[in-house]
Amino acid sequence: MIKVKTLHKKYGPVEVLKGVDITFKKGKITAILGPNGSGKTTLMKSILGLVVPQSGSIFIEEKNILGQWDYRSQISYVPQIANFPGNLKVIELIQMIQDIRPGALHHKRLIETFKLKPFLDKKLAALSGGTRQKVNLVLAFMFETPLIILDEPMAGLDPVALILLKDLIAGEKAKGKTILITTHIITLVEEIADKLVFLLDGTVYFYGRVNELKEKTGQINLEKAIAAVLKGTYV
Amino acid sequence: MKKQRFFSIVLTALLIQTISARQITVGTNREYTSISVAVSGADAGDTLFVLAGLYKEAGLVIDRPLTLLAEKGAVIDGQFHGHIIDIQSDSVVVKGFIVQNVKKSYTKDFAAIHTYKSKHFVIKNNTLRNVHFGILIEKSKYGIIRKNAVIGEAVKEASSGNGIHCWHSTHLQISENHIQQMRDGIYFEFVNDSKITGNISLNNVRYGLHFMFSNDNRYTKNRFENNGAGVAVMFSARINMLNNYFGLNWGSASYGLLLKEINDAEIIGNTFYKNTIGINADGANRIIFTGNIFDNNGWAIRFLGACYNNKIINNNFLHNALDISYKGKMNGNLFDRNYWSEYTGYDLNKDNIGDVPYRPVKLFSYIVNQTPETIILLRSLFVDIINFSEKVSPIMTPDNLKDNRPRMKPMENNDKS
Amino acid sequence: MFKILKYSFMDLMRSRWSYVYFLFYLVLGFVLFFLNSNTTKAVITLMNVIILLTPLIGTIFGVMYFYSSREFTELLLAQPLKRSTIFAGQYLGVSFSLSMSLVFGIGIPFVLYGIFTSSAIWDFTTLLFIGAFLTFIFVALSFNIALLFNDKIKGFGFSILLWLFLAVVYDGLFLLSLLIFDDYPLDKLALGATLFNPIDLSRILILLKLDISALLGYTGAVFQKFFGTPLGMMVSFALLSVWVILPVVIMLFQTRKKDF
Repeated sequence: MIKVKTLHKKYGPVEVLKGVDITFKKGKITAILGPNGSGKTTLMKSILGLVVPQSGSIFIEEKNILGQWDYRSQISYVPQIANFPGNLKVIELIQMIQDIRPGALHHKRLIETFKLKPFLDKKLAALSGGTRQKVNLVLAFMFETPLIILDEPMAGLDPVALILLKDLIAGEKAKGKTILITTHIITLVEEIADKLVFLLDGTVYFYGRVNELKEKTGQINLEKAIAAVLKGTYV
Repeated sequence: MKKQRFFSIVLTALLIQTISARQITVGTNREYTSISVAVSGADAGDTLFVLAGLYKEAGLVIDRPLTLLAEKGAVIDGQFHGHIIDIQSDSVVVKGFIVQNVKKSYTKDFAAIHTYKSKHFVIKNNTLRNVHFGILIEKSKYGIIRKNAVIGEAVKEASSGNGIHCWHSTHLQISENHIQQMRDGIYFEFVNDSKITGNISLNNVRYGLHFMFSNDNRYTKNRFENNGAGVAVMFSARINMLNNYFGLNWGSASYGLLLKEINDAEIIGNTFYKNTIGINADGANRIIFTGNIFDNNGWAIRFLGACYNNKIINNNFLHNALDISYKGKMNGNLFDRNYWSEYTGYDLNKDNIGDVPYRPVKLFSYIVNQTPETIILLRSLFVDIINFSEKVSPIMTPDNLKDNRPRMKPMENNDKS
Repeated sequence: MFKILKYSFMDLMRSRWSYVYFLFYLVLGFVLFFLNSNTTKAVITLMNVIILLTPLIGTIFGVMYFYSSREFTELLLAQPLKRSTIFAGQYLGVSFSLSMSLVFGIGIPFVLYGIFTSSAIWDFTTLLFIGAFLTFIFVALSFNIALLFNDKIKGFGFSILLWLFLAVVYDGLFLLSLLIFDDYPLDKLALGATLFNPIDLSRILILLKLDISALLGYTGAVFQKFFGTPLGMMVSFALLSVWVILPVVIMLFQTRKKDF
């Protein structure tokens, strides 16, 4: 369980998170939605400790994690942009991460799944965006952690890989893991998410089940429901 | 010629005396056990042969022409009273003694061997230890001081004396002596027409060699090392300085050679190695500098005060932090055909002479003269930049101060022996 | 930390620029020794190169590495690692690889030339030692600048400015102030000003090795007393260490508050 309490974050004069209060339930997939710049990534990075919030607190399993580092062994993270040191080979990168963070279990299986074998000896700079994203996924899912954070994990994936990813996520959920995901693909949200957070202007505009948002906006379709939310605020 | 005649006179004089002279042996169980008693018993021209042993003599006045020869191991101990051997007659020879323990005084200059109004004396092969002054020559002429060793333990200027101190004398020959750790190694005041050759003067508190008001002297092939300052030549004219070595005079405000109010001197074939200042010239006129090597000094030559009509020709300037610096006026000085290791010009016609003049005075040395503390910026990039810009368009350094024919290679015909 | 150090180091070791830097020193060393018979002159030329080039290269490499390894850094930050571990590791990786290029680049020609039998061995060792010190100092400073500016161009600009300031402008101002306050006793001011600039401090330390201490002493007893004694040398080296430690501490402090 992740508990976020009155989290504030400013980048210079720009206030991105204005007191976010939210609790992510254990064993559920929570989708974080919101327009560009609403603070989705910032929220995730705060949980990861990549971003240092001005005030507020974050608890994972009742432990305040701000300023800590060892809790990250409980998290697998797929960053939004899969950029890696370009002059490393894929296999070297995987080995390096294993070396730095012991405990990787599934890399062999994942390399099989995503058909990365032919690319293992290639330099990362030479890979296409989609392949790089696959490497990104391998790096995150090869660890067995109770918490998984995915920031736009579908970017650049082909439909086949997308299905593989969905299966992967479903599999992880079946193991009882807590999963946070941001994405712009609404259908995916409807398909896999248990709960939905809608961030708007740095605050939690909506938090509940997908159906609840539809009911609240009076729309049948989630896409339309979201559009209604955005219109409502922008008008 | 002059030297030969002088020798023959001395030799003849000695010869005439020895013919009629007796030899008196001094030693334990001998006729004389005391040198002073033997002296008073001797006639002019006699020879005293002093056997090995310790002789406690204070104020051993030699008032008649005598030859004092020592067996190896004859020691005269002055027991810290005044002069030890006091020569007050002509034609005295003192040879082979170890003389020690001279009284130290702040008011009087006591020496191990003292001459007063003596002519044709010879002081040779003596070793002087624990002395205030080593050899003190006053109002004397035609003396020979050769192969003596003066070993002091001086630490401060005020409480120490000079190794060989000459005053109001002429025609002295001082050669192959070894002097160390005194105040001045060799000191000349009102001494003319003398020669200083092949001496070694080390670790002295003040100067290796010091001239005051002394004209027409020549010093050759001496070695001055690690002194407070190598050689100071002050208020003197017509001094020849040839083939000497000035090294490691390395301390604050220390220099190889100091010229103060010096006219018509010749400085030829000397080597200046690792001195803070190679030559420090203050009021030096009509001096010829040629065939010298300035190697690894802080400054090769510093001109202070008015220095006119000097000629600096055919010298090697090697890796000095600053080659030339000057303060005051510098008219009529000529720099020509020197080798400067810092020279970066080219030689298109291959005549071994650079086609672009060399300016030995850098802007930085000018600045250091104004404000000495700026030396701390030596070899910093900023200083290199201002030196370069000054080289390209000289503003501060005088236009005429340059070597129009700098050599491309160092000269090799220096006589360093 | 050593794992991070290892990967940063290896990453740099396989980059082209490390080779260029290494080869530059190698060629410089050979040229200096085989074209120049005088070791003093070689050491002086080398000194000029080292006190200007190692800070410049340290600064540029530091900034370059920091910006170009941003993704790598972010990857590491998401792992269960302390921030200080990550950045200290990267810092040491860059500093060591640059120092190695310097030491081997110049060391090889010197060894081939027979430095071990030469009396200049200590001058030479000091030279390399100070070069390494300067590398560590300027990489730390550049990391600080890179942490301060997210914009690459700004970061590069400020790093070059910093180098220019410490290598040239500082001495210019220093000289100017010495000339302006000519009438006052300046030796302590000059001494202080030297200690506050690592490039100046390194320059003086090398000059002292080259026996120019007496030349410095020419201006007054203060320099002589300070630099001429073992205590002065110890203080100088201690200050160089402070110049390493302080920027590293500030850097680590900065990383604690930095967002990625």
